[in-house]
Parts: sequence; C-alpha cells; structure tokens
Amino acid sequence: MNTNDIKSNAPPFTLAIASGKGGTGKTTLATALAEAAGIPVTLRDCDVEEPNAHLFIRPQWHRHTEQTRPVPLIDQQRCTACGACVELCQFNAIAVARGLAMVFTELCHSCGGCRRICPEGAISDKEVPIGTLDCGTQRKNPAAPINFIQGKLAIGQVMAPPLIRATKNVAAEEALNILDCPPGTSCPMITAVRDSDFVLLVTEPTPFGLNDLELAVETVRQLLIPFAVVINRADSGDAGVRTYCHANNINIALEIPWKREIAEAYSRGDSLCDAAPELKAQLHTMLQQIMCREETA
Amino acid sequence: MNVAFSATGSDIESGLDQRFGRAKQFIIINTETNAASILENTQNMNAAQGAGIQAAQNVVNAGATAVITGNCGPKAFQVLQAAGVKIYHTKQPSVGAALKAFLAGELEEASSANAESHWS
Repeated sequence: MNTNDIKSNAPPFTLAIASGKGGTGKTTLATALAEAAGIPVTLRDCDVEEPNAHLFIRPQWHRHTEQTRPVPLIDQQRCTACGACVELCQFNAIAVARGLAMVFTELCHSCGGCRRICPEGAISDKEVPIGTLDCGTQRKNPAAPINFIQGKLAIGQVMAPPLIRATKNVAAEEALNILDCPPGTSCPMITAVRDSDFVLLVTEPTPFGLNDLELAVETVRQLLIPFAVVINRADSGDAGVRTYCHANNINIALEIPWKREIAEAYSRGDSLCDAAPELKAQLHTMLQQIMCREETA
Repeated sequence: MNVAFSATGSDIESGLDQRFGRAKQFIIINTETNAASILENTQNMNAAQGAGIQAAQNVVNAGATAVITGNCGPKAFQVLQAAGVKIYHTKQPSVGAALKAFLAGELEEASSANAESHWS
C-alpha cells in the first residue's frame, strides 16, 4: 500500500455515479467501485424509482423505515381565500374556488413555500407516505464492509426528490460515500448529484450515449462539480464519444470492455470485479486519483 | 352569463380548441351583451404540470360561469365544479358554432371529466 492509497480516516468524500442515458452501467460501476475501494464505504442507491444495486450487493438488511413528505394542509377556518399560495405555487398544486382552497397533493413538490407565505398562518404540513428507506451491510470483504442504503419510491408516487434527499441524509461514518444516481438530467438526477465532490458520467460509445452524455456534461458543469467520463462496452459503437471528450477537454477515466463474461455476470447479479478481476485494480487506481485530485486541488 | 370557450385563435371563427388546460387561449363571451374578451393561456400551454388546474383558476377568476371546450380532465373539472362553473363538452369545430349550439340549448352539461388524468 503506497502513501497515496485511499485512507479510511480521510474527510468524507462523496462520489456520484450518473449518466444522461439510462442502462449505460451506473449500477455496475457504483457497486464495483464500492468493492474495489478497499476501505469501508457507504453505497447509496438514489435511483429511487427503480433501485437495483441491492441485487448485486445482496446486503444483510437491518433497518427498514417508512418515509413521508410534507404537503400543505389548509385550515379552512383561517383561510381567507386570498390566493397568495396559488400565486406562489410553481407546480399549480393549489386552486381557490368560492372561498375554498383545494390542494392537489400529487402535484405538490413539498417545497414548503405556501406554508411560509400564507398571511393567515392557515397552512401546516401534513405528512404523506412516499416510500421506504432500507439499510443493510455487505461483508464480502470483512476488512472493508459496504454500508448499503437504498430509497424506494412507493408505487403510484411520482415525486422522487424528497426520497432521494432522505436517502442521501442517512448518517454514515465511512470516508467514502458512493451514490448510484438516477438517469437523465431532470430533478431526480440533479437532486442526487448536487453537493457531491466528484461525478463519474457513465456512457456507451453510441450516438444515443453521446447525445445524453452531452446533456449530462452541461448539467454537471452548471452545478460546478468536477467530473470525468467512464465508457462502458468500450469496444462497441463508434468514435463519437471519444472525439467529443477530446475536443472538450474531458478526462476519460476508465474504459470497461464489451465482454460476454461481464454481461453473463450481470445477468446473475454478480459483481463486475468478479467477472473481470483485472478491472478491480483499475477501479481502485481511478478512485485514488479522483480522491487525491480533490485533496491537492 | 359569461361563457369561456377554449379557442385556437382570437375571433369567433377560430377553432374550438379541443384541449382545456393547454388551450391556445380562451374567448369569454357575455351572452346578454355579446361582448367578448380574450383570456391568455400561454403560461399553461407551456406549464410542466397542473395546466388544467391553473387554466380553471384563471377562468374562474375572470368571472366565467360556464366553460365550453372539447375535453376536460378530472382536476380542472374539480376546480370548475367547486367554483360552480358549468362545463359543456362539444365537438363543434369553431367557437361560433359552439356558441350557436349552446344558445340553441343543444349542449348538455357535463357531470364528469371526459379525459383522464396524466398523473394516475
């Protein structure tokens, strides 16, 4: 172990694994990095609409909690139907008709603005269920256990961000925090990626992969978070992603080859590190570089 | 009474917009005086969500007591109903034709939404 190796007593570092396009390998990379780190890590599955990292981690679950989010509850006795909340709400979740305020809970984003602005103090928070938080541990490597946390949105719920925040907010002591983020570049992805120390954008070398990578790069640049690209199924597709990265000075931190053994392992829920052991060292080195880069920055 | 028509343009010959929440605009006609006014709906046309609710709120605020449109979803319907606004669904091609049918008593008041929610 050299002096630059990843330290378990370093200040907490959060690494987000994101992508524009779905199905590029975020979960494959996030779970493999958790195993390759060699120190105790916290892995959080923030893809609350369809969390699947647990299939690869197979943790021993030890905590299960129901999660709620606040929506406005209007005291009709106090409400004067002034419409200040209707005016404020950017999501059209409140309407006032014949002196009666109506709330459309499923459109509410739980921002709390209506409660704050109500001049009569007629609005309070009502907690409604949104999903569950599950915590567990994987001890495949007893010296470097994976503390695993996942949020899971309840069926019929559409507001992912409050549950993603809850998944990120579970306290943990590990020095490395890996986030498996939702795909896309809309609110769920931004909520998951925000406040990270570094982002790895996983893509595939195809026109679809490139199109969505460009959107993800623009998003992460706006969030002012340093990032690099990981190309999955690297020897398929075309040269578009590499050309784009070179032209825009974007570091390609790792290329994961397109191998049948990797796909087979994935289909069984086995780790990338087991399917392609040579990648484990590369993943470890990449993590070192990312974390040390931050230390010296 | 003030009747709000979902319209694709600004005059009586304009098409009757089949969408309520995301209608191009509303023409509000006073059936006693024949006075007409335009209620813009650009903001809701481009809204990420809740266009029907907000369009209903605007129509209510504008003092309409009836709405004539092609299709109306459950949330807009709920707001309009709570405000006591009567809703008429019609396939009439233009605002003028819909007005004529309404004045002739040919339109039947809707008792429920005729389009599905986008959220459930």
